[in-house]
Amino acid sequence: MSAAAEDAVTEAPAVEAVPKRAMTLGTGTSLVILAALLVTPIFVKNFVVFQMTMVMIYGIAVLALNILTGGSGQFSLGQSAFYALGAYTSAVLMEVANVNYALTLPIAGLVSFGAGYLFGKPALRLSGIYLALATFALAVAMPQLLKLHFLEAWTGGVQGLTVMKPDAPFGLPIGQDKWLYYFTLAISLAIYIGSINLLRSRSGRAFMSIRDNEIAASAMGVDVAQYKTLAFGVSAGITGIAGGLSAIVVAFVAPDSYTINLAIALFLGMVVGGVGWLPGSFVGAAFIIFVPNIAESISKGLSGAVFGVLLFLVIFLVPHGARQVAMVAQHLLGKLTKKN
Amino acid sequence: MPIATSRLAIASAALIAFAATSNGALAQKKYDSGATDTEIKIGNIMPYSGPASAYGVIGKTEEAYFKKINAEGGINGRKITFISYDDTYSPPKTVEQARKLVESDEVLLVFNPLGTPPNSAIQKYLNSKKVPQLFVATGATKWNDPKNFPWTMGWQPNYQSETQIYAKYILKEKPNAKIAVLYQNDDYGKDYLKGFKDGLGAKAASMIVIEESYEVSEPTIDSHIVKMKSTGADVFINITTPKFAAQAIKKNAEIGWKPLHFLNNVSASIGSVIKPAGMENAQDIISSQYLKDPTDAQWKDDPGMKAWNAFLDKYYPEANRADASVIFGYTVAQGLVHVLKACGDDLTRENVMKQAANIKNLELEGLLPGIKVNTSPTDFAPISQVQLIKFKGETWERFGEILSGDVGG
Repeated sequence: MSAAAEDAVTEAPAVEAVPKRAMTLGTGTSLVILAALLVTPIFVKNFVVFQMTMVMIYGIAVLALNILTGGSGQFSLGQSAFYALGAYTSAVLMEVANVNYALTLPIAGLVSFGAGYLFGKPALRLSGIYLALATFALAVAMPQLLKLHFLEAWTGGVQGLTVMKPDAPFGLPIGQDKWLYYFTLAISLAIYIGSINLLRSRSGRAFMSIRDNEIAASAMGVDVAQYKTLAFGVSAGITGIAGGLSAIVVAFVAPDSYTINLAIALFLGMVVGGVGWLPGSFVGAAFIIFVPNIAESISKGLSGAVFGVLLFLVIFLVPHGARQVAMVAQHLLGKLTKKN
Repeated sequence: MPIATSRLAIASAALIAFAATSNGALAQKKYDSGATDTEIKIGNIMPYSGPASAYGVIGKTEEAYFKKINAEGGINGRKITFISYDDTYSPPKTVEQARKLVESDEVLLVFNPLGTPPNSAIQKYLNSKKVPQLFVATGATKWNDPKNFPWTMGWQPNYQSETQIYAKYILKEKPNAKIAVLYQNDDYGKDYLKGFKDGLGAKAASMIVIEESYEVSEPTIDSHIVKMKSTGADVFINITTPKFAAQAIKKNAEIGWKPLHFLNNVSASIGSVIKPAGMENAQDIISSQYLKDPTDAQWKDDPGMKAWNAFLDKYYPEANRADASVIFGYTVAQGLVHVLKACGDDLTRENVMKQAANIKNLELEGLLPGIKVNTSPTDFAPISQVQLIKFKGETWERFGEILSGDVGG
């Protein structure tokens, strides 16, 4: 065995191992949250409904990254590229080919899955920070690729593409925003449950064994390259669906919407939500949407700095993100119920 | 039933009279959400952070100007509440902020949001909500489209009309020119390029010998300049933002390339482009202007610029006066104040658009002498005049007449 391989064995894994059961919330808690999500739109303004829809969409994208990083232990700074791909697939299909918006989502997912899988093939020879850099390059290149001249007939080039916002079907008496909220909620739920099942399945166990120790995993007969690529593809596919949803909800796509800033925001969302803890993805998404607004209300000129301070506080006080908060809460709750 | 009839007649007469008087009263004071007897709420969206954060200065200048207006008693007795949000130049965030302004803050109108992609993202929304998207801060051509978007209005001369003016000039003065074009690879650069090609018409293919594009992320454009020189071009169309414009001027001088140099208005600032590039290297460059350049010595004693300086001293002392965004924000804020004053006590969104579409020969302190703001129900391009300028010695010399180049959306 070479010295490098020995190093790899003794080296601590890049991502802390998360036990399977700790990846989700209890059934009771989940149902309460779901019920809350179902009723809230009735009581709040359309604008808040829109913000909540955006939280779910970013939440799906963060979840996808969580499967990749928390599940299989690989880093990606290129999620914005797959998000853009999904968004443009949906937008172009809707506006140029007149495809129903709901049908564009699986196509967006498939296209992004394909792109992620193909990109993953060569890129996965790299590991750790080198993979992060390769995906970073993808994120930087994407906005420019979308501006290419020969694609302009479909993508609208630098000007972007405006998308028609869909109305509620079957003459349902709810507004566009509320309809899209429930539509997004249904898809988020499906993806969330699907992801949990994926991580609990044979493939999920393979992902996690790779995350915990690649060499041990391959010794146990896990096809490391195959599963790494698969994790990359699944993550890209789910991100693509999130991108497609965002195109429908925002009703506009432009290259400037999908810069490296988005990829970093998603990464941030994952860390704040708790790496490897799937419900945390949505908490992280809420963080990347609302905290910049809070920072801005504190100081307009220094909003970036204020955001940095808030982020630093979160990382310093709760390094494991929302997962840590949830666990403390659960612990306290358990103590209370025992006393009673 | 004569009695009943007459009673009915009296009652209806009274009703009509009442309706007439109350109509009169309503005509005096009519409000949509965002306006009251004491307040007018104005919404705004700017990139205070992110890649385009340099333009955030426009929002800060506007805020300072409305502070001045409020300190001087407001508009027809009403104070302006200016609510400005950061969208980091990211269209999805712009949509979120626009919805917050309209649905949560309930502003009367959205004023001067910046950038082509952000404005494109909110145009349909604001038009469907019938909220004015007034005086957008972008030079794209598509904002002058009152038929399809009656609630959206542009402000500055659009990019395409500017390069069309250069094209016309070249066709007249140098019909056998060999033209090299350098442009930034984004919406702004491509808009300029399109206007230029349209202006040359059928001769574009034969006259343009090279079209070079650069990415805004490149550290230097020197290699592009060398490449363009090697084609033997004798006219240079320079569609670059200030940093690159200064590089281009300097590099031209270094390698001894002396074409007839057209510099886009975006970079026609003495303070941020010409001085860093070297005055001696910039002689005879042609550009166009509609705003006064505050770094140009010829406006030292101009009353308009004196007022501008006094305003900055008092309300925005930390402003960088060489930054063209400051005079831009000042001028467009004055434009809005003009419209709101014209609205009188009828502060409905409909009347705001009506008054905005009815500006006649308005002169503002920041505009070049002779350039006037004009709109009509079919012309939503408030400023469409520019004047050609040539750099001589240490200032821009205006030459020729005021040119107008309206391009429809």
